[in-house]
Amino acid sequence: MDYDTIIIGAGMSGLAAGIRLALAGQSVCIVEQHSVIGGLNSYYKRHGRRCDVGLHALTNCASPSDRRAPLNRLLRQLRIGRNEWALRPQRSSRIAFPGVELRFNNDFLLLCEQVRQHFGEEAAHLQRLAQSLPAYDQYADPSLQTSARQFVAGFIRDPLLAEMLLCPLLFYGGPTEHDMTVGQFAVLFRSIFLEGLARPAEGVRVILQSLSHQFRRLGGELRIRARVAELLTRHGAIQRVRFADGREAAARRVISSAGFYETMRLCGPSYGTVGADAKRMSFVEAVVRLSRPTEQFGRNDSIVFFNRSEQFAYQRPKGLIDSRSGMACFPDHFEFDSPADERVVRLSCLADYGHWARLNRDEYTHAKKTTFEQLAAAAAEVVGDVRPLAEDVDLFTPLTIERFTGHDGGSIYGGTSKRYDGTTPISNLFVCGNDQGLVGVVGALMSGITVANRHVLSESGARTITV
Amino acid sequence: MTVAEIRQAVIDILSDIAPDQDLSALNDEMSFREQLEMDSMDFLDIVMELRKRYRIQIPEEDYPQLASMASTVAYLEPIMKDMPKK
Ligand SMILES: Cc1cc2nc3c(=O)[nH]c(=O)nc-3n(C[C@H](O)[C@H](O)[C@H](O)COP(=O)(O)OP(=O)(O)OC[C@H]3O[C@@H](n4cnc5c(N)ncnc54)[C@H](O)[C@@H]3O)c2cc1C
Repeated sequence: MDYDTIIIGAGMSGLAAGIRLALAGQSVCIVEQHSVIGGLNSYYKRHGRRCDVGLHALTNCASPSDRRAPLNRLLRQLRIGRNEWALRPQRSSRIAFPGVELRFNNDFLLLCEQVRQHFGEEAAHLQRLAQSLPAYDQYADPSLQTSARQFVAGFIRDPLLAEMLLCPLLFYGGPTEHDMTVGQFAVLFRSIFLEGLARPAEGVRVILQSLSHQFRRLGGELRIRARVAELLTRHGAIQRVRFADGREAAARRVISSAGFYETMRLCGPSYGTVGADAKRMSFVEAVVRLSRPTEQFGRNDSIVFFNRSEQFAYQRPKGLIDSRSGMACFPDHFEFDSPADERVVRLSCLADYGHWARLNRDEYTHAKKTTFEQLAAAAAEVVGDVRPLAEDVDLFTPLTIERFTGHDGGSIYGGTSKRYDGTTPISNLFVCGNDQGLVGVVGALMSGITVANRHVLSESGARTITV
Repeated sequence: MTVAEIRQAVIDILSDIAPDQDLSALNDEMSFREQLEMDSMDFLDIVMELRKRYRIQIPEEDYPQLASMASTVAYLEPIMKDMPKK
């Protein structure tokens, strides 16, 4: 079968790109290696219950009436009604550092007020910073590829406050150690502090179902358990796509969400060597199911970002994990219409792929146990101890992420350098998703849309335009 | 298609692209951008739908003609006047 476009990966970005092309009337096939769609945001069954992976919260939760907000723009582009996702805002979240805590919710004023209480006049500086942020669509601008830390220091004098503001942004989207670009910072600051966090009551499945339903309704074809093993090129263009089971398909072009290097390797040795990228950020996450409702752990904590050391370090750990800082997510603690009772707490912290990859089977199983102990003990200081109430614990590691999503190094925000324009050395191959430069669920959706609009729809005479 | 039918065809497209907008009070002289808060991505969809529904290819240099309802209808009229109503 021949297609106009084959899309590698049924994660958020691949599904979004697929919907756009199907809307334009193309024949599109999304191919996914795994048996479930979603990629980094997916779900699985464990002891008969459905568990979500990925998605703590959706960022960019601007008011539905703000038509220029990214979330509303992308829903329009996908022709999906916002109420289909039934998003409910967070109660509030907390940035907890030694001796000082800042609370924030979807009203930026709370954060400003908290900063005023703990850091006095810095509140005015924070407001100035917020007003000076580059716009969303400038993230790839060459002039904004400089240090976010330096940008923040231009407004915020107290280094502790600067660290506290950077902490949730790095955790929710930092592809590199220590710092990010000003462009990335602006996107994340807007999407987390200015617009805010939300969740669908039914979790990430709702979003995935609405995307896959829309794609199929428009005539798109979605194949699961179809791993692309090779992209057969000739004269610098892809001719055919070969799957792991030996079957082949042809397409005029390919959009891949598998990651830039991961995709180039599929094109053979002459492309596969383009720079390995070892310094990727990965995490462990423990999904802990409790025997009782989670409300006792602070009913107003939706997400807690914590750091317990003198200096907050966003870097690849020197061992399996670094539990000095991390996140605790309470999926039940959002403003749902009727109280949620999943009784799940999710704890995460940075992890180093290399250390996990060196373990043998027994060591790996053992390391998962000790890692949970360490992580839970660290989080206990900030949110309370979940261990006495834990009925079931599932821990996923950088290896789990790599196995189920194919991302090198178990990275969740892609490689350390980005392909902002979505092009590759192959003329009819484009990348979308994390490696195109937009991270998170909303970022990935926007990336799929942008790449489809710019590179594929433009060919048929419709370029993104400014009237 | 008559001018009124062409206008209706554009309204149909707009109501698919921006289902939450009230189009009944649309001011034909005012730009879509201002009135409906449309952005470049939304305009791309007008072009895309015209191509899909009526096989009309609009070259990029003509995009500015799609700024308002009045200018869009004026632009489409010579192209669509001989088309049967859908
Ligand atoms: C623990 C965790 C928590 C997170 N929390 C949040 C959060 O709270 N909020 C938020 O906004 N974001 C969160 N994210 C980040 C967010 O999930 C990602 O940035 C985003 O999902 C990336 O989407 P993507 O489409 O680029 O990539 P992916 O979702 O990884 O999609 C790529 C797809 O391609 C498939 N694939 C790869 N290779 C092949 C091949 N050769 N053949 C066929 N298919 C292939 C993979 O299986 C995968 O399905 C979280 C991620 C993790 C892991």
